[in-house]
Amino acid sequence: MGINWFRYSSPQAFHPLAGRMIPWFSAAALVLIGVGLYIGFFVAPTDFQQGEAYRIIFVHVPTAWMSMFLYVIMAAWAALGLGLNARPSFMMAQAIAPTGAMFTFLALLTGAMWGKPTWGAWWVWDARLTSELILLFQYVGIILLRASIDDLRRADRASAVFALVGVVNVPIIYFSVRWWNTLHQGASVSMTASPKMATTMVTAMLVMTLGFWMYSIAVTLARMRCVIVERERQPSWGKNSAIQEVAEARECSGGV
Amino acid sequence: MQWGSLTEFLAMGGYGLYVWTSFGATALCMVWEVLAVWHRHVSAAAGRRDLS
Amino acid sequence: MSRPSMCEALRGVVRRDLLLAMRRRSDVAMSVFFFVIVASLFPLGVGPEPAVLRMIAPGVLWVAALLACLLSLGRVFTADYLDGVLEQMLLIPQPLAVLVVGKVFAHWVISGLPVVLLSPLLGLQFGLGGDSLGVLTLSLLLGTPTLSVIGAIGAALTLGVRGGGLLVALLVLPLFIPVLIFGAGAVTSSLAGIGSEANLSLLGASFLLSLTFAPWATAVALRIALE
Repeated sequence: MGINWFRYSSPQAFHPLAGRMIPWFSAAALVLIGVGLYIGFFVAPTDFQQGEAYRIIFVHVPTAWMSMFLYVIMAAWAALGLGLNARPSFMMAQAIAPTGAMFTFLALLTGAMWGKPTWGAWWVWDARLTSELILLFQYVGIILLRASIDDLRRADRASAVFALVGVVNVPIIYFSVRWWNTLHQGASVSMTASPKMATTMVTAMLVMTLGFWMYSIAVTLARMRCVIVERERQPSWGKNSAIQEVAEARECSGGV
Repeated sequence: MQWGSLTEFLAMGGYGLYVWTSFGATALCMVWEVLAVWHRHVSAAAGRRDLS
Repeated sequence: MSRPSMCEALRGVVRRDLLLAMRRRSDVAMSVFFFVIVASLFPLGVGPEPAVLRMIAPGVLWVAALLACLLSLGRVFTADYLDGVLEQMLLIPQPLAVLVVGKVFAHWVISGLPVVLLSPLLGLQFGLGGDSLGVLTLSLLLGTPTLSVIGAIGAALTLGVRGGGLLVALLVLPLFIPVLIFGAGAVTSSLAGIGSEANLSLLGASFLLSLTFAPWATAVALRIALE
């Protein structure tokens, strides 16, 4: 194709590239979300059992899918970083985490909004809800762990390890409705079986998910640019920060 | 168009509170996130200019 | 002197940690007393009504055991980290994961096993009877080593980091939750008369799974912390 992709693995080259990509993904996000909302509110019919409350599905399912999807992508970048010892991979993982946490929070919130009118309860401690809540804790843990470690290289690698340790939770969330008798409904959209929902509903859901995905890419790229600029100011990998160096010097001369 | 009027649309068959809280919170969070990243970008760029 | 085998290295690590713990017996006592005190807080706070206590007993005793394990996690690696022994362990030819298993086992003997041994007494205090007491002890016997082995990952990740204690809790508690659910669930289902085999098997499976993967993750985390 003629493009040397490895050129963009340096943060300095990636910064302007990301800058050019963001408007495209933002536009795609706006269009897709707009179309999804239109289909969801003006084309999809009223549900027989749940009335209009079911329309929450058009944000609940996309946010839930994105929360799991982003975690897996983040863990993949973390694994790449650990395997290749590549700083940009860790930076991508760092950029994804807050967006993933936000979608997890929204999945839980919209789920509660849907649960109250349909199940009669804001929250139940069934397998899927509990494991999604655990996912939120995992995102927060990753972000806090990174924030607590001053040494950049160690922060990158420690949060990467933690992200990978927690990736086992994602299949648990996904399969929990199949493994346990939970209150949460089972899979309505399957790759093989015919959908149990009206086609317009499925379409709106998928379009919204795609829109959220484009949004996530745009926001992640923007945050990645911030991370690149911030790291340029901070001491690089392997070098001590000025504060640490002074502390060490003081320790050597001052005694135990 | 399946909604008789704007009032019907907002009421969402009685479930308006739940539906609009969900969509509203989602929209709010996404807008907030965009603004937060924008703000972070501005501070990061400003910080860099200070050093040089 | 010939190169020591993995088993000998494992035994050496366990023996050393147990010996050090014996010299500071207060550490053992602390975990146990914490477990007892926390468990005793609930009847004081909730009221002495026997039916209520029996209902909350599985959860309360399990959470108390979990917290006791959590609080003692700081002790797994910190002492060795501070006096440089941990760095030496990284240089030993034996796989670090094996040494981790040794340290975690010693940690469990010091902090977890006393909790398991004391749990029937506390169960009686909460009004648990014959079968349920046995299930409680068995669930803790399977669960506390799992908690130790998973908790070691958090301890290794946060070695020497500021805000360490709270941070370990935040990292490790989400990973503890499934073990808590299965463990307390086993006792609850025993109380309800349903059989606890399902939950106990899940506990056993969690233990085996975590024993296979967690020491390796802990070793990776230790290397990251000590570079």
